[in-house]
Amino acid sequence: MAIKRRTFLKLLGIGSISTVSVAGLGNLLSQAEVKAVEHKAPEGALKAQRWGMVIDVKKCIEAGSDCMNNCPAIQACHSTHNVPNIPDKKKEIKWIWSDSFEHAFPELRDERVMEHLSKFPFLLLCNHCDNPPCVRVCPTKATFKRSDGIIMMDFHRCIGCRFCMAGCPYGSRSFNWIDPRPYISKVNPEFPTRTPGVVEKCLFCYQRLDEGKLPACVEACTAKALLFGDLNDPNSEVRQILKERFAIRRKVELGTNPSVYYVI
Amino acid sequence: MYNTNKVIIGIIVFIIFFAMPFWLNFGKVEALPKPELPKEEKKCIEDTDYMKAYHMKFLDEWRKTKVREGKVNYINNEGKIYKMSLQRTCMKCHDNKEKFCDRCHKNLVVQPDCWKCHLAPEEVKKWQ
Repeated sequence: MAIKRRTFLKLLGIGSISTVSVAGLGNLLSQAEVKAVEHKAPEGALKAQRWGMVIDVKKCIEAGSDCMNNCPAIQACHSTHNVPNIPDKKKEIKWIWSDSFEHAFPELRDERVMEHLSKFPFLLLCNHCDNPPCVRVCPTKATFKRSDGIIMMDFHRCIGCRFCMAGCPYGSRSFNWIDPRPYISKVNPEFPTRTPGVVEKCLFCYQRLDEGKLPACVEACTAKALLFGDLNDPNSEVRQILKERFAIRRKVELGTNPSVYYVI
Repeated sequence: MYNTNKVIIGIIVFIIFFAMPFWLNFGKVEALPKPELPKEEKKCIEDTDYMKAYHMKFLDEWRKTKVREGKVNYINNEGKIYKMSLQRTCMKCHDNKEKFCDRCHKNLVVQPDCWKCHLAPEEVKKWQ
């Protein structure tokens, strides 16, 4: 029996409505949360349930303008990971960088508050969010969340679609528009470079943690302004300082739940 | 067929011309690629035959377990432990990519894109 046009259209309508509603309901129930990929720290590695960083901006300012302008933490990070120094701002690559209060915390912008806070430099890096939008939008799972809280990048899988850059509210991701190699002055033979068409960002030095070392920036900071540790361990160094001092995080209202804290 | 003789001669000339590379190299054995093996080390991570045939799958497996599963060590069939790393393990012994990797790859016209990101030892030397 041939199907009538009327019945066909009805079935089509029911089909599309149910598809959309099932997808929507699924998203609503899971709240589009990102599932972490199980990670077991290898032997000899530093272990944590959720890695996090605390940046003491007061110590930055105490260290003086020399230290702030030539931040050893930024230099250490960029030389460890072969991050190129591209002068063109539109093509630059950054894993960790310094910016003003009003740029880092636009939602807290207030003339009277800024009178005090705009003198502090804020070191910015990937926030390794608990609910990372970059991971949600990545079509190839090139970026994924590990169960220890690190938002990893698998450069092999990145197709350069830059969805993650649109998703990240912190501008923590950079795209390789050009070959980065000519812009690397001193190379670290232990770490690869990147290739044009790949997005990169801070990885919380997962390769150093595996060897039992702290991240390069934390180790290099002469002012000891950077603290790194387990946010889920109440006895960790990071939790101790958060107990005593007032801390802010970037753009918490977006629900990303960042792992980088700034104590003021 | 019109002009039978001319056509047949034409076909023969064409075939000879077209098969020229074949005639020129007839009976000659083209030099096989000879990758330079490390002098100090006699044994690779796994058996030579296995490495020859499956090194690409082997490296692919390493990159998956290292980057995605976060494992660090590889245990070979003798129980020896190696750090999974192209730059830090493989290239420590095979310290010249051009003399080792490229010799075969060029011959077989395969172009793996490892070295677009990973640093070959000779590339590092150029920097310093």
